[in-house]
Amino acid sequence: MSTDSTLAPSVATAGNVVRHRWRRLAADRWALAGAAVVVVFLVVACAAPLICALEGQDPYTYHLGALADSGVPTGFGGGISADHWFGVEPTTGRDLFAVVVYGTRTSIVVGVVATAVSVLIGVVVGSSAGFFGGWYDRLVSRVIDVLLGFPWLVFVIALGAIAPAGFPKPVLLVGVLALLFGWPSIARVTRGQAMALKRRTFVVASTALGAGPWHVLLRQVLPNLSATIIVYATMLVPGMIGAEAALSFLGVGVPPPTPAWGRSIGDAVSWVQTDPMFLGFPGAALFLATLSFNLLGDGLRDVLDPKSKGLSR
Amino acid sequence: MRALRLVSGRLLSMLVTLLAISLLTYAVFYLLPADPAQLSCGRPCTPQRLADARAFMGYDESWFRQYLDFLGGLVGGRTFGSGVAAVHCAAPCFGYSFRLNESVTQLILDRIPVTFSIALGAALLWLLIGVGAGMVSAVRRGTPVDRAAMTFSTVGVSAPSYLVGLLAILLFGFTLNMVPVSGYVPLTEDPVQWLWHLVLPWCVLALLSAAVYARLTRGQMLEVLGEDYIRTARAKGLGERRVIGWHALRNVLIPIVTVFGLDLGSLLGGAVITERVFSMSGLGALLLDAVGNIDLPLIVGVTLFSAFLIILANFLVDLLYGVLDPRATR
Repeated sequence: MSTDSTLAPSVATAGNVVRHRWRRLAADRWALAGAAVVVVFLVVACAAPLICALEGQDPYTYHLGALADSGVPTGFGGGISADHWFGVEPTTGRDLFAVVVYGTRTSIVVGVVATAVSVLIGVVVGSSAGFFGGWYDRLVSRVIDVLLGFPWLVFVIALGAIAPAGFPKPVLLVGVLALLFGWPSIARVTRGQAMALKRRTFVVASTALGAGPWHVLLRQVLPNLSATIIVYATMLVPGMIGAEAALSFLGVGVPPPTPAWGRSIGDAVSWVQTDPMFLGFPGAALFLATLSFNLLGDGLRDVLDPKSKGLSR
Repeated sequence: MRALRLVSGRLLSMLVTLLAISLLTYAVFYLLPADPAQLSCGRPCTPQRLADARAFMGYDESWFRQYLDFLGGLVGGRTFGSGVAAVHCAAPCFGYSFRLNESVTQLILDRIPVTFSIALGAALLWLLIGVGAGMVSAVRRGTPVDRAAMTFSTVGVSAPSYLVGLLAILLFGFTLNMVPVSGYVPLTEDPVQWLWHLVLPWCVLALLSAAVYARLTRGQMLEVLGEDYIRTARAKGLGERRVIGWHALRNVLIPIVTVFGLDLGSLLGGAVITERVFSMSGLGALLLDAVGNIDLPLIVGVTLFSAFLIILANFLVDLLYGVLDPRATR
């Protein structure tokens, strides 16, 4: 926890703490730069149709006229022109700018939703295990231990094969990522914090005053976990974006024709020599998104959770 | 005696975990509506032929019964069908791919050298680079070397291995023509070519994790260097080399080993991705093909094999931990 006082911070000091933290975050140039880029990506994800309308393209129309006979885009840098700002895709001639912009939407939606589901499961399971203890805690800890070291990628690939035909693939993807990969790290941290909080004076005091366990867990313990949860959630988003991209890269992620950075990068494998820009644009977008979330998460952690150091896993 | 009890306790816990995971996996894969018998039945698929195919593959039983058969096959091997058409799958039988007419164990054994070669080399490289860079960074704290290492680390953490891999192929393979960009040569066939084909995959896969380990090592090293026993060691007049390289390193390695144990699963996943970047046919390609063909026994077999492998490796790391940190066995 961030305060060292043994009592829960009162409202007046809480305001000061928040202002102080804002100043510290504002002084961290890298975190600010990260935050700015994150905001840009969020805006692009929300306004994807508008942005593509500016360019006058969409990510689904084939422009075979922009391709040479071999399927390679004609012209400089993979067909970069006033019409196609990032050039076009080899083979299909789809507008690469529109593909990258709509791919932002895919990455951000999958990243944020999968993180939200992971945080929900992780916080509920982790805090209750740490708070109540006993056999339940032992079971949860064992499951967390196993899942943390689990070859989740192999399982997610395998599960993709047996999805029922009518079931929407992205929903399955988000669910599987959260269940196998996301929640254990959140649960491990919240469990530890809940165990520590349980022994703090203000929690013991409210129990002594007659508060029931659920009241204490929801009203005393959970609010004090919020800083940690924010930090770990921010750090999990790039992990989820990377996981989705890796699966799409392997051809088992978001199904075509929905644009996804990972799939574009996967398609670029066979074009890397003849059309390197096809790798460059989606690759740069993926790298920038991951980097900016990591920088923001690093900065938030330094401010909210001063005890931990270095990039946590 | 105490150590023996510890090892047997861990062994028991490992077995329970293996059983739980295989049971869960089996339940999930066999309760979902995919029917391998239907797929291999051929046309025209009369009800009689379908029923025969089911009975031959063992899918006419309840899933729990099938699970028990699977466990039995792991321990003692099993036979599918009877008479002349019967196929035998020797222990440890991870299932039988009716599509490829081969036991899953054999299919895995054919592919595993590729994946192992990638994973082991990369792990070695990332530990060396990561721990090395972290140590240097901590000892030279605040110098340009430290800052460069940490900047590299932030960037490395955010760069997906397949992206770095493709850029590396473009630069070192196509532009500079220094290394081969795809394929795998077995070690037994030509060790030099084996190494030559693996250099780039190793570097690419190691980069990301080396970045994480550099940060971890640096943080841990800075903490350890502030400890009393380091001051004592220096006060005894030990050289800096011995203080850092022995007294400090040993304690830095303890949390690193824990993290490494947890990373083995990601290492396998990373190897799967790297295989695809460099067009090598390892375990990942086997699984992806199986998924493409909906070859259910092969999918389940490869998945469970990977889980077993990682859990076994974690068990070994646990034992290593006991050796490094004698306090843990007390």
